[in-house]
Amino acid sequence: MTDVTPQTATDARLAEARRQTMGAARRRRWQLLSPALLIIGLFGLFPLTITLVYSFLSPGSYGGVRWEFSTDAYVQFLFDRDIFDDTLSFSATYLNIFARSIGLALGATIGSLIIGFPTAYFIASKPANQRNLWLFLITLPFWVNLLIRTYAILLIIRDEGIINLSLIWTGLIDQPIGILYTDTAIFIGLIYSYLPFMVLPLYASLEKLDFRLVEAAYDLYASRLQVLRHVIVPMAKPGIVAGCILVFIPALGAYITPDLLGGGKQLMIGNLIALQFGGSRNWPFGAAAALILMVVVMVSLTVYVRYSGKEGNGRG
Amino acid sequence: MTQKRTMAATLAAAVTLAGTAWGEGELNIYNWGNYTNPELIEKFEKEFDVKVNLDDYDSNEIMLAKVREGSSGYDIVVPSGYTVPIMIEQDLLAEVKPNEMENFGNVDPRWVDVYWDPGRNYTVPWLWGTTAFTVDTEVYDGDINTLALMFEPPQELSGRINMLNDMPEVINAALRYRGYERCNSNTDELRDVTELLMNAKQHWRTMDYATIEKLTSNDVDLSQTWNGAAMRAREQRPTLQYAYPKEGFAGWMDNAAVLKDAPNMENAKSFMNFMMAPENAALNSNFARYASGISGSEEFMIEELLDAPEIIIPEGAPEPDFVEPCAQEVTDLYNRIWTKLKQ
Repeated sequence: MTDVTPQTATDARLAEARRQTMGAARRRRWQLLSPALLIIGLFGLFPLTITLVYSFLSPGSYGGVRWEFSTDAYVQFLFDRDIFDDTLSFSATYLNIFARSIGLALGATIGSLIIGFPTAYFIASKPANQRNLWLFLITLPFWVNLLIRTYAILLIIRDEGIINLSLIWTGLIDQPIGILYTDTAIFIGLIYSYLPFMVLPLYASLEKLDFRLVEAAYDLYASRLQVLRHVIVPMAKPGIVAGCILVFIPALGAYITPDLLGGGKQLMIGNLIALQFGGSRNWPFGAAAALILMVVVMVSLTVYVRYSGKEGNGRG
Repeated sequence: MTQKRTMAATLAAAVTLAGTAWGEGELNIYNWGNYTNPELIEKFEKEFDVKVNLDDYDSNEIMLAKVREGSSGYDIVVPSGYTVPIMIEQDLLAEVKPNEMENFGNVDPRWVDVYWDPGRNYTVPWLWGTTAFTVDTEVYDGDINTLALMFEPPQELSGRINMLNDMPEVINAALRYRGYERCNSNTDELRDVTELLMNAKQHWRTMDYATIEKLTSNDVDLSQTWNGAAMRAREQRPTLQYAYPKEGFAGWMDNAAVLKDAPNMENAKSFMNFMMAPENAALNSNFARYASGISGSEEFMIEELLDAPEIIIPEGAPEPDFVEPCAQEVTDLYNRIWTKLKQ
């Protein structure tokens, strides 16, 4: 190894220099990334890790946790320990709460889509200089706190609210129709709260829609329904997917709306989790329920995005 | 370098500012929302030349969670009776010996040897009241003094009932209705109570703490509620009447206490003594519509309170039932009943 030829020596030096530049580049890249990583770590991963750790501990008396490993929180989610002989049996209590919440969130998503799609289409078909005004009107309610907007809905639909009083006044009904404190009220509240999340992404994709394609479809004797199905909807697909996700996720975790408008008789996931950190004094179970909810959302989103993405490609 | 120095200066300034904010001449009270008379605060500020800061919570559990983390900066908290032993056990309260303070003689003897603080070494009475229910006598004109109206209601009240969204209050009321012990872990009895609650639920319209609003907006005609809230609701809906169920009803007392790590210990002690003066206790009663547990405060109360049927427990009604905190095993059982009820 002593008689190193000049050739290889140069190569080695070159390689060394390259390594150094690459090393410097890598360092710089990490330095530039560090603010983002810090934020993700500090505000994303760190709290999530605490949640994960807590979900595997035992509940402390009067709240908090005891540092003893336990999988009880997860077992409790699916099984009920019999109060007589301590045997485990399957219990659907928590699954029912999850299913109910998912059902309500799905319903709210579909409702928002049905109302939001024509709205977005209407705005997109307006002359460009008017669209901003319409978008402004859509986002306007967002300037008001959610709690206050929900209370406003409550005042409108209650037994002595505007709807019932005007219906009674016109003589259409003689007893108030009980909308408040039912699932219908929760649907109304959720759709109202999250509608802008549906309209905005829908508008973003419909705005780019080339209306000449619609005209071409009509020229080819497509019916209105066919135009909608085969031209408009496929092109609005990214907006539909984004809108559905943006409505579904917050609706699933909604806390104030179901509590105020639903009357608090039935728990939603959000209320169930909150209860564990309050009156139920079972933090590990609360942490476990929050993580299970997150996994459910992540899995269903992955499936949904992959499925809808494939379909979109097939059509395109 | 300059940048660093500026930052250091800013930090120093911030620290000084924070220091003054929690320094002498202050008192930080952490109390239930809508439960402290602003006049009382003003009076204390004037008398002792301190600035009082008020912050509020809506459940013992939330207060406990915040205080347990330490350095909350609060001096005074107002836990309910059952929360006091928990706080003493966890070493959160300072033993300020209110029983040796100047005004202690004013405390009604009935409220001295209480289970949560025998002899009053930690706490002074804030306000006390009962939890039963109030019902519109125009809608239902039968005998109202029975829990059957909540659990097996007559036709005219079905679907017009609000229950408190509160696990112990609802389950304890059901236990009383069936004549079972509170903090019960007898599985047969609990099964029976669960069935009772599940059947009763179809008659309930809502489960909510906002009882006054529910009653005054005619959303419901009967609501499980606290006596002071019942009185406030009656002022707007005169046909409401507060019931004293023959099966029993709950009693509770909230108590002012000083936190162990109180930054303004001396002011906090002054406040404890201040609260035992009848004219000051009455200010709170007048505001929140509950009795204070301080003898002689009646003299300073507004007239409506003195003969209020919500405050004066009638002859022949059972004694209010002050429920001690249940063991964790019992709470776990209650949790399961509660979740089952609300699934």
